[in-house]
Amino acid sequence: MTNVQTNEAPRPTLPKDERVKELHRLHKALIRPELGAICGTIAVFVFFMILAGGTQMFALEGVMNWGTVSAQFVVLAVGVCLLMIAGEFDLSLGSMVGFSGMIFALLVMKLGIPVWGGILLTMMLCASLGMINGWLVIRTGLPSFIVTLAFLFILRGATIWSAITFNRQPVVSGVGEVAAGDPIAWLFGGEAFTGLFQWLGQQGVIATFTKGTRMGQPVVSGIPMLMVWAIVFVLVGQWVLTRTRFGNWIFAAGGDPEAARYVGVPVARVKILMFMVAALCAAFLGIEQVIEFGSAASDRGIMKEFEAIICVVIGGALLTGGYGSVVGAALGAIIFGVVQQGLFFTNVESSLFRVFLGSILLAAVLANTYVRRLITGEK
Amino acid sequence: MKSSFKNALLSAVFTVATVGWNVSAHADGEKYVLIEHSPDSETFWNTVKNGASLAAKEVGAEVTFRNPPTGDLADMVRIIQQTTAEAPSGIIVTIPDADLVGGPIADAVAKGIPVVTMNTGTAEQSKKLGALLHVGQPEFDAGEGAGERAKAAGIKSFLCVNSLFPNVAGEQRCQGFAKGLGVELGKQMIDSGTDAAEIANRVKAYLSANPDTGAVLALGPMTALPTIQALKDNGMAGQIFFATFDLNPDISKAIKDGVINFAIDQQPFLQGYLPVITLTNYLRYGVVPANSVLSGPGFVTKDNIKLVESLAGQYR
Repeated sequence: MTNVQTNEAPRPTLPKDERVKELHRLHKALIRPELGAICGTIAVFVFFMILAGGTQMFALEGVMNWGTVSAQFVVLAVGVCLLMIAGEFDLSLGSMVGFSGMIFALLVMKLGIPVWGGILLTMMLCASLGMINGWLVIRTGLPSFIVTLAFLFILRGATIWSAITFNRQPVVSGVGEVAAGDPIAWLFGGEAFTGLFQWLGQQGVIATFTKGTRMGQPVVSGIPMLMVWAIVFVLVGQWVLTRTRFGNWIFAAGGDPEAARYVGVPVARVKILMFMVAALCAAFLGIEQVIEFGSAASDRGIMKEFEAIICVVIGGALLTGGYGSVVGAALGAIIFGVVQQGLFFTNVESSLFRVFLGSILLAAVLANTYVRRLITGEK
Repeated sequence: MKSSFKNALLSAVFTVATVGWNVSAHADGEKYVLIEHSPDSETFWNTVKNGASLAAKEVGAEVTFRNPPTGDLADMVRIIQQTTAEAPSGIIVTIPDADLVGGPIADAVAKGIPVVTMNTGTAEQSKKLGALLHVGQPEFDAGEGAGERAKAAGIKSFLCVNSLFPNVAGEQRCQGFAKGLGVELGKQMIDSGTDAAEIANRVKAYLSANPDTGAVLALGPMTALPTIQALKDNGMAGQIFFATFDLNPDISKAIKDGVINFAIDQQPFLQGYLPVITLTNYLRYGVVPANSVLSGPGFVTKDNIKLVESLAGQYR
C-alpha cells in the first residue's frame, strides 16, 4: 500500500532503528508514481522543441491547440485513473461520449428541454448507466473488461438507433444556436477570461489577426472552458485520492479487495462509485463536444476508452489496480495530446504519429515499471 | 445471483451478434441485402439507406443493411460470404478494395445471385466481377472536377483533410484534386483522425505552419464540420477556398453562409435507390441497362442550394 496518510502529531525523534532503511530526501522526493510521466513529459517537450522550434507550436496559439486536445484526454483520464486504481476497467466510455452527446442533443432539440435541464438529465442518466455497469461487475463477479465491452456495443448501438429513430439521421444539428443564450451552456463550450485576452491583444502582448474575418482580434480569445475544467478535475481527483480517507479506500479496493473488506472498506460501494465517476467524466466530454461543435454525431468518442487507458498507463498506473496517480494520468494525457498534434506543426509525414505514439507508450511503461520497483521493492 | 449473471451473458452475446444489422419493414417479394464498408455511424449511409428503403417500398421488396461495425474490411468479407450462403434474391455491395472483397463478390455471382455494386469502386472493377452494373461517383474524377473549379478561382495550393486514411477512396479524391489544380499532392494531405476536436486542431496546426494554403478540401461531413469550426476560430472562414465532399444540414448552412464554396454531391440517394430498382427489373422482367450509372459528381453551390436544403441528410 502506498500513499497512506497518517494524521498523527509529529513524534519526538526516536533512536535510529536498524530495521528501517534510511533514504536520502531527494531520493524520497523522486520516487513517486508520476516520476515516469514527468520524465516522459520533459522528453516529449524537448523532442518537439527541437523538431518544431521554429513553428507556432509553442506560441500561445499552438499551446491552446494541443492543450485543448490534451484537455479532452485529461477529463476522461481522471475518471479512468480513479476507476483503474480501484481495480476496474470501463471500455464503454468512448461509446458513452457519443451516447451522452446524442441524448443531450435529442432532449434539447426534440423535446425542447432547456440546455441546463438537458445537461442535468443526461448526467443523471449516464451516472445511472455507470452504476448499472458497476453493479453488474460486482454482482456477477465477471471481469469489468467483459461487462463494459458489452456496454461498448449497447451504448454505441443505442446512440445510432435513437438518432435515426428520432431525427431520421445519425447527426443532430442546430444545438449551437439553442445553447447560445443558455445560462450555463457557456460553462461547457465557452471560453474563460475573454476580456483579459482582448485587453492583452490591444496591449500587443498577444498577437492579433492581421487578416481574415477576425482582423484585430487576439489570436487566442480566451482559455477554453474545457481546459479550466480539466485542471479542476485533476486537482479534485488528486486531492480525493491522496488526501482523504475515501482515497485510501480506492487504493485498498483495487490493491487487495479481500484484505480491504476484512478491515471494513466498503469495496462494492467504492467500485460502483468509481464506475459512476468515470461515466460522468465521459458524459461531461460528450456534452462539451456537442455544445462546442453545435451538433451531436453518433460516431463521437470512438476509441476514446483505449486512449484514456493509454494516458493513465503512461501516467504510471497499474493495469491490475491499486497503484497510480491522477497527476500522472494528466501528464500522460498531455504527452498524448502533444504527440497527437505536434507532428502537424512540423512538416513530418503525418501518418507517422501512430508509430511515434506506440513507441512512447512502450518507453513510458518500461520507465514506470522501473520506478514502481524502486518504490514498492517488488522484484 | 445466477439469473443476473445469465442475463448479463445473454445480453452480451445478443449484442455482439446483432451489432450492425438492421432490417427494414417486412414486405412480400424479393429479399435484397445491401452490404457497405463503413463503420456504423457514418452519416452518409443514412441517405443511401433511405433511397434503398424507398425503392424497396415502391416495388414491394425487402432490403436489409449490413456493414462491419468498426469499418474493418476483413469483417466485410465475412459478411459478404455469409450473405452469399443465405442466397438472397440479390446483393447490393460496395467495392472498397477490389483485391479484398473481389473474390467473395465473384463467388456470389458464380452462385447465381445477381449483384449490383455501388458507391466505392469503378465500373471496370464491377464488370470484371460479373456484377450487373455499378452506381457511383468515380472518386478521382470527382476530385479532379473539384480541383479544376478551384484552379479557375485562382487557387494554387490546398490542404486535404483525410479522415479515411487507410481507405483508397480518400487518397484518390485528394490526388484528383491535386491533378485538377495541377500540383503535386505531397504533404498537403493530412491524417486527420476521427475526433472532432483533434480534426479542428490539426487543421489549425497545419494552417498555422502553412499560412499560404489557398484551399481546404474536406472528404465528408465528419471532417467538414470541425474544419468549419477551425476556420471560424482562426479567422479564415469565408476567406479561404473551401470544398467538401457530400452534404448534410450543417454543410448546406455553411454553403449558404459563404464559408464553403461548394459541396461535391455524389447523390447517395441514387446509389441506394437505383440498385434496388435495377435488381427488381432484372428479376421480374429480365431487363438490365447496358452501362453503369455515374451518380455524381454534382456540385452544390450557393446558387442551387435552395432545392437541396430541405432534404439534406435525408434524401440528399
